[in-house]
Amino acid sequence: MSSASTDAGPGPVVSGPVVSGPVVSGPVVSGPVVSGPVVSGAAATGAVVTGVGVVAPTGVGAEEHWQAVLAGKSGIGRISRFDPTSYPVRLAGEVPGFAARERVPGRLIPQTDHWTHMALAATQAALADAGVDPGELPEYEMAVVTASSSGGTEFGQHEMERLYTKGPSWVSVYQSIGWFYAATTGQVSIRHGMRGPCGVLCTEQAGGLDALGQARRLLRSGARLVVSGGTDASLCPYGLTAQLATGLLSTEQDPGRAYLPFDAAASGYLPGEGGAILVVERDAPDGYGAIRGYAAGFDPRPGSGRRPALRGTIERALADAGVTPGDIDVVFADAAGVPELDLAEAEAITAVFGPRGVPVTAPKTLTGRLYGGGAALDIATALFALRDDVIPHTVGPTRLAPGCELDLVLGEPRDTPVRTALVLARGHGGFAAAMVLSDLHHISRTGNISRTGK
Amino acid sequence: MPEFTMEDLKQTLRAIAGEDEQVDLDGDISDVSLADLGYDSLALLELASQVEKRYGVVIPDDAVHEMVTPRATLAYINGRLADTVEVA
Repeated sequence: MSSASTDAGPGPVVSGPVVSGPVVSGPVVSGPVVSGPVVSGAAATGAVVTGVGVVAPTGVGAEEHWQAVLAGKSGIGRISRFDPTSYPVRLAGEVPGFAARERVPGRLIPQTDHWTHMALAATQAALADAGVDPGELPEYEMAVVTASSSGGTEFGQHEMERLYTKGPSWVSVYQSIGWFYAATTGQVSIRHGMRGPCGVLCTEQAGGLDALGQARRLLRSGARLVVSGGTDASLCPYGLTAQLATGLLSTEQDPGRAYLPFDAAASGYLPGEGGAILVVERDAPDGYGAIRGYAAGFDPRPGSGRRPALRGTIERALADAGVTPGDIDVVFADAAGVPELDLAEAEAITAVFGPRGVPVTAPKTLTGRLYGGGAALDIATALFALRDDVIPHTVGPTRLAPGCELDLVLGEPRDTPVRTALVLARGHGGFAAAMVLSDLHHISRTGNISRTGK
Repeated sequence: MPEFTMEDLKQTLRAIAGEDEQVDLDGDISDVSLADLGYDSLALLELASQVEKRYGVVIPDDAVHEMVTPRATLAYINGRLADTVEVA
C-alpha cells in the first residue's frame, strides 16, 4: 500500500480548510412517522462511522461478533493463554482462533504486542469495510486515535522475564516501542501512512468513547478521516495480577454466574481481550451512524459525599447531541457488575430517563470487560443495533438488584426501531464518558436529528 | 575463524524482526538497503545484540550506521570476528 502523497506539507500540520462540525441545535422533530430526507451529497452528517473492524471474544469479524451477540453466544471461558490455576480469577473472554501470522504483517509480529496485533487486524478490516484506500488520501488529513489501558503487558512480561533470568542484553530492543500505550496508534499510523494528529487515550474502560470523542474533534478541525476505537489484551500473569489489585474482578468459577451486572447476585466482572477499530469520516454521505453527542466526566474525590460524574456526563452528552431523554431508544450500559457501581449507574440512568424509562442492555457479559477495547466494541454493537433495528439482550442477569430500576433487555433481542443510542462507559479511577449515536437516515441536511421512518 | 554467513543473517533477521511480505529475502539482496528490506535501526541494534551474544564480540551501537546493506553488514560483522580472533 502506498503512503506517498505529493501534496502534503512538510510537518505535522493539518492542511486544508478548518471545518467546524455541524452545530446540532434547534427543535428535535418528533411525532408521526414520515419518510424523511435521505442524506446525500455533501450533507452535514458530522462524524460518521463508515467502517467497523472487530476482534473480540465474540468473534473475529464485525458481522461474526454481531451474530454472536444476537444469539447470546458467550466468549467467556477458562483462561488458556497461561495456566490460571493458581489465580483467584480463572475465567476471561479470549478471542477465539486469532492467528497473528494470518492477519498481521510478518515484520510486525515479533515487534509488537498481542494487543497491537489485534488492532492492526481490526484496522485493516475496518478500512476494507469503509472502502477506503489510505494511499489515495492526503496523508496529513488522516489521523489515528486509539484507547489503551494496559499497553503491551504480555510483551513486557516476556522481556522482564529475560531481564531477570538472563540479563539486560537479552531484553529485545522492541521492548522500547512494543509495550507503551501509544504503540498501537503509532503502528497503525505508520502502516497506513496516516500522518495527521495522532494520539492515545488512557482512561481505562472509558477510553473507547474518549478516543472517538477526540476523533470527532479532529474531524471538526481539518482531518477528513480518523481511525479510532481501541483494543486491549492483558491476559497474562503480570496483566491479570495488575487487574486483581482493583478488587473488582469476579472470582466466581461458573462462567454463567461470574459476570452478572445489575443482578442481585453480582460479584464483580470478568476481564477480556480484544475490541473494535472504527473508521470515522467527516460528513460521509453513508455509513453505520453518526457521533451526535459526547461528554466526559471525572468522579469527585472518594469520601467527598458528592455524586458520581456519570449523571451529569449523560446530561451533557444529550445536550451536545441536541436531543432529549425521550429521543434515546437504547442505553448500552457500562455494567461494571460490582454491586455499588451497578447501583450508581442505575441511579444515574433513572435520574435522567425515569424508572424503567429506557431500554438498557449490556452485551459485554459475553466478552467480559475489554478495558481500552470495551467501549469501542459497545459502539460497534450499538451501530449494528441502529442498522438492524434490534436491541441485543443481556445474557446472565435474571433478577435485578434492589434499587436497579432498569428496563434491562433480557432473554432475547428486542425488535424495535433504534434511531438513537446512548453508550456509557466508566474507567477505573473515576473516568466517565457518554456518547450519542444516530442513524444517518435521521439526520436532516441541517444536521438536526429527525424522528423519521426508515 | 567463525564466519557469519548470508544464511545466518537472514535467519537472525527473520527471528528478531520478522519478514516483510513485500520482500523476498531469498532473492538477490546483497546490495539492497536493509531499510528497503524492512529493517530499521532498531532491527539492526537487535541484530548486533544477537551477534554479540552468539560470538562473544562487542559491537558498538553506532556500528549500525555501517550496516547499510546485507553485504556491508556481513563485511562489518566478519571484520569484528576476525579482529576478535587476532586479539585472542
